Amino acid sequence: MAKAYTPGLKVTASTHHEAHRLLPIPGEVKVAVGDVVEAETVVAETFMDGDITPLNVANLLSAQPGDVPELMLKQEGDAVEKDEPIARSKGVFGMFKSECKAPASGTLETISATTGQIMIRGASIPVQVRAYLPGRVSEVLPDEGVVIENDVTLIQGIFGIGGETSGTIMMACTTHDEELDAPAITPEMAGAIVIGGGRMTAAAIEKAREVGAAAVVSGGIDDSDLRGILGYDLGVAITGTEKLGITVVITEGFGEIGMARRTFELLASRAGRKASVNGATQIRAGVMRPEILIPLAGGEREAPEEANRTESGVLELGTPIRVIRDPYFGYIGTVAALPEAPQVLGSGSKSRVLDVALESGDTVTVPRANVELIET
Amino acid sequence: MSSDSPDIPADVKVILATDCGSTTTKAIMIERVDGVYRQTWRGEAPTTVEEPFADVTVGVINALTEIQEVSGRRLLDDEGRIIRPATAEQGCDIYISTSSAGGGLQMMVAGVVREMTAASAKRAALGAGAIVMDTIASNDRRRPHEQIQRIRELRPDMVLISGGTDGGDTKKVTEIAELIAPAKPRPRFGKAYELPIIFAGNEKAQPEMNRVFGEGGFDLKITDNLRPTLEQENLGPARDMIHDVFLEHVMAHAPGYDKLMSITDAPIMPTPGAVGDILQTIAKGRGINAVGVDIGGATTDVFSVFDGTFNRTVSANLGMSYSISNVCAEATLPTILRWVHIGMDERELRNRVKNKMIRPTTIPQTMEALVFEQAVAREALRLAYKQHKEFATTLKGVQQQRTVGDTFSQQSGGETIVDNMKLDLLVASGGVLSHAPRMHQTAMLLIDAFEPEGITELAKDSIFMMPHLGVLASVHEQAAMEVFERDCLVYLGTCVAPKGVGKPGKNCFSWSLDDGARGSGELVFGDVTLVELGPDETAELEVRPARGFDVGAGSGKTVRRTIRGGTVGVILDARGRALELPEERTECRSAMTRVIDQMDLYPEAAAAAVTAGGSTD
Repeated sequence: MAKAYTPGLKVTASTHHEAHRLLPIPGEVKVAVGDVVEAETVVAETFMDGDITPLNVANLLSAQPGDVPELMLKQEGDAVEKDEPIARSKGVFGMFKSECKAPASGTLETISATTGQIMIRGASIPVQVRAYLPGRVSEVLPDEGVVIENDVTLIQGIFGIGGETSGTIMMACTTHDEELDAPAITPEMAGAIVIGGGRMTAAAIEKAREVGAAAVVSGGIDDSDLRGILGYDLGVAITGTEKLGITVVITEGFGEIGMARRTFELLASRAGRKASVNGATQIRAGVMRPEILIPLAGGEREAPEEANRTESGVLELGTPIRVIRDPYFGYIGTVAALPEAPQVLGSGSKSRVLDVALESGDTVTVPRANVELIET
Repeated sequence: MSSDSPDIPADVKVILATDCGSTTTKAIMIERVDGVYRQTWRGEAPTTVEEPFADVTVGVINALTEIQEVSGRRLLDDEGRIIRPATAEQGCDIYISTSSAGGGLQMMVAGVVREMTAASAKRAALGAGAIVMDTIASNDRRRPHEQIQRIRELRPDMVLISGGTDGGDTKKVTEIAELIAPAKPRPRFGKAYELPIIFAGNEKAQPEMNRVFGEGGFDLKITDNLRPTLEQENLGPARDMIHDVFLEHVMAHAPGYDKLMSITDAPIMPTPGAVGDILQTIAKGRGINAVGVDIGGATTDVFSVFDGTFNRTVSANLGMSYSISNVCAEATLPTILRWVHIGMDERELRNRVKNKMIRPTTIPQTMEALVFEQAVAREALRLAYKQHKEFATTLKGVQQQRTVGDTFSQQSGGETIVDNMKLDLLVASGGVLSHAPRMHQTAMLLIDAFEPEGITELAKDSIFMMPHLGVLASVHEQAAMEVFERDCLVYLGTCVAPKGVGKPGKNCFSWSLDDGARGSGELVFGDVTLVELGPDETAELEVRPARGFDVGAGSGKTVRRTIRGGTVGVILDARGRALELPEERTECRSAMTRVIDQMDLYPEAAAAAVTAGGSTD
């Protein structure tokens, strides 16, 4: 067999992309099919039930739970203001009455005669979904959201932190393996998607955050620098909700590693263009990788590259791949052989392997599980 | 024994079983060969709950087709239906299945007191095979609005509420219900799904539950109190109800499960629930105490049966790929490196760990990478077992009758029931244990992480067959037991490890096998020795511990016992219990090197270690 299947990251100059923009709960869709939207356009909106604040009135008034309904100054369904009296005890012979004040504004939702507990529901919380990908609305999913489509340059990263953002692509490094350090970050990069080359340093990210850059993208990062930025050691790769004021994406992995030359050159060719970036990563069943989307102008879409490729994820002789585990971590090459029989590795395990012709001209043997397709 | 179910033929010849995992559906065939049930063929195929198939039975049929092809026995008819009953050439008599596809069963549990009813509720949920997303209790140190916020964030498949002993106060448990109802936890499945709430608390509070959950998108189910009195835990009815709701609601919403349920001869069980069942069946059948562990990429499950009491824990973020970085964060790198005998660069290791986290399917290519990965596994297992011991306790809050003799051992309930000295059998499963290149490595991983004391059998689940056998035990216990003993378990051997601590170089224990015919000797403290005893062999072991050391009969007392051999043999471990490695790095490395040499763990790495002097750590 001269074929095998392996996952890979997409790096493609031109592809048709659909972004599904959905509300977490049903709501109102604000755009129609055919509308052209920008990244910041609100495409759907809804309101979530407000926060609940419980209060044990019986305890506060030293009353029996069963007496609470008649001690209430407000009834179920009434609006209440923070610090407004909502219940009053009977006192002793009408004297020494104590009061209970609303801990929050909202609507009095329930009064329990069993526990003496009441619930105040706060104002509804608005939830908005923005377009994120500039393009045309191709489908409206009633009450749920929309599908936005456009031709884009698509680059998937391997790992990221921080959520969705957008900005103009600006190059901070001149080669694919040049380290991205603080001096390369300039005030002109405010609001930009900053592209580095090799490993990015914590100082570079800090400087980018200071100047107000929207995102930083580079080949790798040291684990210790990531820990410094986050303030904790990341245990599982489920990210996207960090509030760092910047989105960070690495394209290759952790450590001293340069961005794949092709990825770097593609990003460099798009310098000055608007891009949407999402650092959210989920490495679980239903994997989600960070992405960089660069919308193409009308008529700019090229014919799909390597149109002769038949199946996605297929390893064949000549397929470009990246080695994703030591001792050859980060090496890029092409499949030189796909031996059928499993081989004994240096670790003593038996595994199916392949030979990789490296860019350097050397050929190395690695387990098939340790390579990744460079998808186009 | 014939079958227990009326639908099952009395004379069962062929059994098919599948386990629908998140990514792979594994099928096995069991046949009666020479009057004994044996697992004969296996097949697997990708699980098909996701698009484009969105029908779990497609993966099941594919896995069965693979068995059909390799065995030459026709199992499916032209319409793809399982042929039943079995004849000499085709079909099967029983078909059963377990499932953990779609993320398994995810639950939230609540109780009044965290250490009492809430702990009992958690035990019931875990025992039923669930992942417990959070435990809400009146005294969980969160303020009510924080509890509500948490409930709102979770998307459970169902909620189990307990609280109060029967006839006791209803107020506290109603308060908990009143927090959950307005928080409106959103279920994972669709908008039309009514979130099942199982109430297993004070029977007097049942009318209040009807009031609180009567409307607003809940499906309230009421069952017996799981803590009817403080002294008594009654988890069975709540576990059964969880299984019922799992089938009726959760499975019914998973793609193709209605079809799967209609073709199985026993209710589909959550995979970990089935593993727990088979371990209980075995422990009961052999009259032993047993611990099972399944270490995966994201989680580690530990199951134990001590004196008939079953416990299960899931350590959600202790695993070897998705969660490897979390293991390193929790255990710390210096603690992991205790198990590594060669020099390694810390910065590079940290980056490697993160690279494994983001590319979880890679495998160690070099011996150095394997040594490090197995060191991480030791810590993941150790932490998971520690959590298990903390959870598997006697009931808290129970008034205990004391004798004069108890005066100096002030115990108030809540102490762990896990006793390594009483442990008879330790079973391993999960990639890093099952697929270790040498079984010696699997055995040492178990010993270093679990620290069994006295005399303990070690085994591994050959092809992760325990889930299948767990559900089979519910319809045909004899077949399940026979296959478990003959085909499921691969016996690694027996570990002999006295409890106690001594000085290096001083006598720890002397031993003989079959009165010296198979060997005898003396071990000094700190040593480990391997004695050959084959998989189907037994021998009479005599251990004479030195003063201060105990192998089960008390300090310094001799023990004689028949022990079982295995693919590794008899491991005589005189490193003491609790197991402590030297703190100083160089000393620790040489201690590990000695163990690795004595056990012949990494034959090639030993040579490499010789040249690794002057390394960076």
